[in-house]
Amino acid sequence: MSDQSHEVSGVPLLEVEHLTMRFGGLVAIGDLSFTAMREQITALIGPNGAGKTTVFNCLTGFYKPTEGRLTLHHPVKQEQYYLEQMDGFRIPQVAGVARTFQNIRLFGNMTVLENLLVAQHNKLMVESGFSVFGLLGLKKYRKAEAEAIELAKYWLDRVGLYDKADWNSSNLPYGDQRRLEIARAMCTRPQALCLDEPAAGLNPKETLEMNELFHFIKEEEKIGLLLIEHDMSMVMEVSDHVVVIDYGRKISDGTPDHVKNDPAVIRAYLGEEEDEELPPEVAQDFEGENA
Amino acid sequence: MSVQNQKLDMLSLLKESGLAALIAAALALPLAGFKTFDVNGTLTAETRFNWVLVAAVVVFFGRMAISIGQKTFFPSMGQAAGGAAGSIGDVINQNRTLLLCLLLAAVIIFPFTPMANRHSLDLAVYVLIYVMLGWGLNIVVGLAGLLDLGYVAFYAVGAYSYALLATTYDLSFWICLPLAGIFAASFGIILGFPVLRLRGDYLAIVTLGFGEIIRVVLLNWYEFTGGPDGISSIPKPTFFGLAEFSRSGSDGLPPFHELFGIEYSSLHKFMFFYFLILALALVTNLFTLRIRKLPVGRAWEALREDETACRSLGINPTNTKLSAFAIGAMFAGFAGSFFATRQGFISPESFTFIESAIILAIVVLGGMGSQVGVVLASIVLVLGPEIFRELAEYRMLAFGGLMVLVMVWKPKGLMSKRNPTVLMHNDTNAKQGAAK
Ligand SMILES: Nc1ncnc2c1ncn2[C@@H]1O[C@H](COP(=O)(O)OP(=O)(O)OP(=O)(O)O)[C@@H](O)[C@H]1O
Ligand SMILES: [Mg+2]
Repeated sequence: MSDQSHEVSGVPLLEVEHLTMRFGGLVAIGDLSFTAMREQITALIGPNGAGKTTVFNCLTGFYKPTEGRLTLHHPVKQEQYYLEQMDGFRIPQVAGVARTFQNIRLFGNMTVLENLLVAQHNKLMVESGFSVFGLLGLKKYRKAEAEAIELAKYWLDRVGLYDKADWNSSNLPYGDQRRLEIARAMCTRPQALCLDEPAAGLNPKETLEMNELFHFIKEEEKIGLLLIEHDMSMVMEVSDHVVVIDYGRKISDGTPDHVKNDPAVIRAYLGEEEDEELPPEVAQDFEGENA
Repeated sequence: MSVQNQKLDMLSLLKESGLAALIAAALALPLAGFKTFDVNGTLTAETRFNWVLVAAVVVFFGRMAISIGQKTFFPSMGQAAGGAAGSIGDVINQNRTLLLCLLLAAVIIFPFTPMANRHSLDLAVYVLIYVMLGWGLNIVVGLAGLLDLGYVAFYAVGAYSYALLATTYDLSFWICLPLAGIFAASFGIILGFPVLRLRGDYLAIVTLGFGEIIRVVLLNWYEFTGGPDGISSIPKPTFFGLAEFSRSGSDGLPPFHELFGIEYSSLHKFMFFYFLILALALVTNLFTLRIRKLPVGRAWEALREDETACRSLGINPTNTKLSAFAIGAMFAGFAGSFFATRQGFISPESFTFIESAIILAIVVLGGMGSQVGVVLASIVLVLGPEIFRELAEYRMLAFGGLMVLVMVWKPKGLMSKRNPTVLMHNDTNAKQGAAK
């Protein structure tokens, strides 16, 4: 489908192989394979209901895939993790895959700073001797907590929320909530960050700041980003690699330039013009719909 | 337009008041409609339908007055209620530390004042038991957001642990107390492990069932628990193994008044119980205040807010919930062994569902998660029925009315403001958002 010169090169971080997710009779994802590279931004795009969020839910353990293998190559620990076999909470904890949600999920009645400390729970739990040292008020724990607040402060500065650190997170304006959710995910010190429509509902200025934040995370933190986004101009500007899915199947994969001009993508977004050029699996779906 | 609006208003007003009156009549019929008395050993009832009528009429006009008052004085009811509540809460919060110190001082001095007598001390102990149980359940319901309707089961486990250990093995109170806590916590873990995967209503139902199961087991396992006869002559605690509370010592321990060279007073024993439960309750409170600021405490609150988000941050929800459940159960176990030693006699009667309901009501009424709120709510809920005892058969009615009033006045509980566990900035300007 995609021609060789537009293949994306890099060191693999997250490999998705033959991922299939069925809900009863509905095939939300069908035999999807792609690879996200280290220190790159991989965009996952497709029309509404294409199955993008479902891919994230499989990657982060919220759904158990019906079939397929999801491998994370951990750059620091030099180990491979098969995400489809892991418990949901162990994926961020051990494999270092963090995520944000399409409909923001903050701890609304807790302050901004508390949200960022909860994200550092596992490290702080160990440092607090599973609460024993903490209850005794040992210095070791107090030092660890100060470090955690330092990290929180670093990310608050990054997303411009330092002044609002003591606000209840539900009182933040919408754009701030989106950025706080990203800061919170970053406080888990992830290797791969999955962002589900991070720019949805933002104004153009905020979207621009969001782009800068992604570049910063990619270049300074040296981690891989997976991005679901509907705003095409943003996708084309920020990503190194674009994967297009439609009806749960991959229809295009490559550099932004390649994908932009791929007739299959244009058809998926603008509707079909010439039936005979449809890739067989998409054509099947269309026939299914018309029948 | 406006005329029609008013007409509609009048109609809905009448409808509302009529409905309220109907409910009042339905409630009043069994409560006040019949008066039972005893004629030559047989029970007869006299009807008093005029009382029912009075109740219905009073409620009808009362409801109307409330509606009219609301519409004229507070056009937007929700805001007005929030505003009024906020101002009182603010005053309390501004002088928080001072108020708390004064309260604590008063509570410590109380047994030495002339007000202290057998009755008042007993009542204070009774309230303090519920304060402690409220603080314990607050960890489970208020912080971790797990609706536990069977909390009394752990209270029962604590009480029976102490009673059985003390009567069979002659262990002292001070050894049994931690053991009772451990037993109760273990029960918490055993129950919690399969059950904590459930959410919300399902968890509530299963815990309710568990509470009943424990009671039924206590009732039927005659050889072990004494069944409905319960366990009696449970030993009293000694003064830290140094002295005991009696006029003349036995068992080789000197009497308390001789140890300290003071005059004998039967009040000493009651004062000791008072300080014992006060200390236990304060330990529960300090523990909660402290653990709230630790990672596990924050994780409990985060879990209450959004379990899905917690999992996406690498928090193990089962273990975290289990820890809240076990720790809550442990404090119920402590309270239970205190209850057993104070009463000297326990039976399954003391551990019915209504106890769980009262403790839960204390937590909810106090404002989920609020420590001071629990104290206020315990005073209202435990002392309330005592005070209204004068009103004989109407005391439950008065008590119910009081609860409805509180829920209307402060739907989020008496003290609903949450204090952040950690602050980045210490000046108040930056807290704007937090205060809202
Ligand atoms: N838990 C579920 N049970 C049943 N069907 C589901 C479930 N989750 C997702 N689906 C279905 O899978 C398909 C893909 O959904 P998904 O949320 O992944 O789409 P999406 O690409 O994220 O869309 P959008 O752009 O609107 O967010 C949809 O048809 C949806 O109804
Ligand atoms: Mg989606």
